[in-house]
Amino acid sequence: MVEIDNLGLDSVGIVAFISTFMGAVLCIQMAFNIDTPLVPLYTIGFVTRQSVVLEFSPTIISLILAGKVGSRVASELGTMRVTEQIDAIEIIGINPATYLIFPKVVAAVLINPILILMSMIMAIFGGWLAGVTTGLVASSTYIYGIKAFFESYDIVYAMIKTVVFAFLIVSISGYHGFYTKGGALEVGTSSTKGVVHSSIAIIVFNLILTQLLLS
Amino acid sequence: MIEAKNVSKSFGDNLVLDEVSVKFEPGKCNLIIGQSGSGKTVLMKCLVGLFEIDSGKVLYGDRVFSKMSFDEMKMIRQEIGMLFQGGALFDSMTVEENVMFPLSMFTNQTPAEKLERANFCLSRVRLENANKLFPAEISGGMKKRVAIARAIAMNPKYLFCDEPNSGLDPLTANVIDILISEITREYNITTVVNTHDMNSVIEIGDRISYIHKGKLWWQGNNESILKSDNPELNEFVFATELTRKLK
Ligand SMILES: Nc1ncnc2c1ncn2[C@@H]1O[C@H](COP(=O)(O)OP(=O)(O)OP(=O)(O)O)[C@@H](O)[C@H]1O
Ligand SMILES: [Mg+2]
Repeated sequence: MVEIDNLGLDSVGIVAFISTFMGAVLCIQMAFNIDTPLVPLYTIGFVTRQSVVLEFSPTIISLILAGKVGSRVASELGTMRVTEQIDAIEIIGINPATYLIFPKVVAAVLINPILILMSMIMAIFGGWLAGVTTGLVASSTYIYGIKAFFESYDIVYAMIKTVVFAFLIVSISGYHGFYTKGGALEVGTSSTKGVVHSSIAIIVFNLILTQLLLS
Repeated sequence: MIEAKNVSKSFGDNLVLDEVSVKFEPGKCNLIIGQSGSGKTVLMKCLVGLFEIDSGKVLYGDRVFSKMSFDEMKMIRQEIGMLFQGGALFDSMTVEENVMFPLSMFTNQTPAEKLERANFCLSRVRLENANKLFPAEISGGMKKRVAIARAIAMNPKYLFCDEPNSGLDPLTANVIDILISEITREYNITTVVNTHDMNSVIEIGDRISYIHKGKLWWQGNNESILKSDNPELNEFVFATELTRKLK
């Protein structure tokens, strides 16, 4: 499917890049914060994993995807609107909203969980790389921390957030693009609105979902 | 037959169409003429339901189109072909995919049959050898011709053309005019053409409606238009030296 390609595979590079570096930073910060021998060093791995799985990958990466995918969806649909391509679809007898937005929503809901899983793996790997190369934590200690107190519900929680965020990104920016009025300037405005509104929605739903799912 | 009865349409306090009543007959090229900004495009979009009308009715035969739901309109829209003023080609698709698009959506034809139909339509607009190009890679006039090919792909009963030959050289413009008038007669299509090109008016104007100040100002055909004594119409028709020489 073209949409999966456009919305997902296209983002693999940026997601991998950001995740690896963020994971590295998380690990180093943790290591510097632990300065008492009372806290075991494997905590570094443990905390890095928890931050990555619970918050960093599903929320921060979704925000980045809101910028990348949201602006793309809004400007694509906005351009189709102002060049009358949406009218042309309607005239042929097809419901343009269903025809254009639905496949994009499906694609994002399918592909984003994969991207986020990849992000988790890359971030944890980034942490390991940073910890081991700087000598802050031994490889085996870090890996022990990664495996410690693992609850699979954390992953479920992250995936639920990811799917909801994916839906929000595409439907909100799709809406702004679809109802663009005017010309090239307004396509830009729609694209900005799509990104801003979907980012705000992600932040708000992050709180709501966390409250619902973790308490 | 398509009929507009007392159709009014305004945007904010800009009254664009003021109680326009006009009939469009099958097998004829029904021209809507008027100055730029007079509301030709708006009238056409009201006829096909892209704009909701404020008051009045639009009828396709005896079917009241303007009151229909989206799903009811769908049935009629499958009988409509429309050429937009800007072409409105799908820019993610090649030329031949654009023309095949309506066929893919509404027929069970095999890919080979669709391609054959697309090639036929493209050859009617004299556009061979551009099948695999994208809209961004072809000229403005070629886009227009692809859009016409797409509009006629489904063998429409109703054909709407918004300025089919603006931006074309006189020779190609004439080819397009003749094509539109040929298929109109051949398949007994109810064709509505927006234009402000006097060449088209003279060439294919079976019935001409002149829109001025939001009203239907004058009606006639390509012979009576040269003999009218309506001052506003004459100002429009005889705006150029060439048409003045015709008189
Ligand atoms: N979507 C819209 N929103 C608001 N006003 C509009 C809209 N579309 C058209 N108008 C207004 O309606 C009037 C008629 O425009 P229209 O596009 O129908 O002109 P036209 O006769 O097709 O001109 P041209 O020959 O230049 O294509 C103009 O004053 C225009 O500002
Ligand atoms: Mg127009």
